[in-house]
Amino acid sequence: MTRTAPWMRSTATARVLGAVTLVLALAIIEGLIRAGVINRFIVPLPSQIIAALPRIVAEENVLQRFWQTTQEVLWASLLIAVVGIALGALLYRVRVLRDACESWVGALAAAPIVLAYPLFLVMFGRSATTIVAIGFVAGLAPVILKTVEGLTGTRKVLIDVGRSFRLSSSQQFRKVLLPAALPSIFVGLRLGLIFSMINIVGVEFLINFGGLGQLINDLAERYDLPGTYAAICFVILTSIGFFVAAERLEQWLSPAT
Amino acid sequence: MVRLAIIATVLAVWEAVSASGLVFRDVVPSLLLIARSIAALLTAADFYRNLAVTLGEIGAGLLIGGFSGLAVGIWLGANRFASAAYESLVYYLGPTPKIIFFPVMIMWFGVGAGSKIAMASVSCFFPVAISVAAGMRQIDRVQIRIGRSFRASAWQMIRKIYVPAMRAPIANGVRLGLGVAVIGTLLAETKLSNQGLGYLVIQAYSRFDMPRMYALLIILFALAIAANALIGRLARPRQH
Repeated sequence: MTRTAPWMRSTATARVLGAVTLVLALAIIEGLIRAGVINRFIVPLPSQIIAALPRIVAEENVLQRFWQTTQEVLWASLLIAVVGIALGALLYRVRVLRDACESWVGALAAAPIVLAYPLFLVMFGRSATTIVAIGFVAGLAPVILKTVEGLTGTRKVLIDVGRSFRLSSSQQFRKVLLPAALPSIFVGLRLGLIFSMINIVGVEFLINFGGLGQLINDLAERYDLPGTYAAICFVILTSIGFFVAAERLEQWLSPAT
Repeated sequence: MVRLAIIATVLAVWEAVSASGLVFRDVVPSLLLIARSIAALLTAADFYRNLAVTLGEIGAGLLIGGFSGLAVGIWLGANRFASAAYESLVYYLGPTPKIIFFPVMIMWFGVGAGSKIAMASVSCFFPVAISVAAGMRQIDRVQIRIGRSFRASAWQMIRKIYVPAMRAPIANGVRLGLGVAVIGTLLAETKLSNQGLGYLVIQAYSRFDMPRMYALLIILFALAIAANALIGRLARPRQH
């Protein structure tokens, strides 16, 4: 191992350096734009972007748009959880169906489903239903796969205990299989929710309808550069918040099983 | 047999719905029309020209984003301090919807292929970097010590120890990266382009030519799934 200085061993120092690097990078970009090295009609000043954040929050109804996107994500998530877990349980129960379809579901996870958004537009029109439907389809596969994985991974001893108590089929599922599979199901739900959120914001942007995605499109079409960059920053912060919340939720729920 | 039965049932239901008129006929076109559209597409030179454009954009994006992701991933995986300082940035930026960067890419690289290549690069950078950094930390320490005991230079360590030991994480990262690069490029083409498969899809939508749109989507899905399966096979450990 190469020797490292003591200050380089501290995680706190590293994190501070990470934050300082970010601030420094923004300061350098600000300097380069002011010096005319970077065209300010392509990249706005970082100070202008920061100043635009409260402006877009106030003038562009960001909170209302955020709520609209959140509602779409929540509806898609609810559908993903209900349909995904039910289909996963069905595939677990019916072995023939699982053998036939599991690789198809894997292929569905790899397919660029969001590309079918024009098809959804034809079916549901330019509406929130289209956005929710794409979010739902995009996030479904991981939940099905992880539900099957969790249920098939249930320890045999737990199933035998259930049998020794003469549990009925539905009791066995509710009291033994489902609780044992919950950690895996939550992993699937977290992945599904993230896929869903990514696709929902993406489709909002593409079809120019809905919440935060549309905001970026609107501002870009108006050539409001600081506003566009600020809106992108806002969406990044929102998706990071969503990602962290999904991780925390999974950690919080998993030990309870 | 079960698979065949499922496929046959789905096709029969589709055709029945299409013929019944219960659903707007253009939304569920006849299978025959879709098959004809697939055949027409596969025999048209224009399709291959647009396919070449899209593949070129994805390939260039994969090269730029993949190699940058590989370099950053090796750096983060080999250096704990750098990982503690910067990996959270890569980790949390990874799951953001990359299509939102498209207006910025247009301003930076124009409306042509440049912005699509940039979209593909940005999309595939994150999964490759995250996967390689995680893979670096899983390399057997003994191999690293052997390399160091031979006084291997940094470049020799990368070439002889790190990269061979990380075949699977790199292939997995590229597999994930390819998936998002395909999506990033094609979505960008649907939004603003005059060539490429994404452009053909949105053109079919504008003309309300549903059989052609279904045909394009089927071909696109088949290509994406095949590419994913191919790289997935490379990621599997070799049987000795």
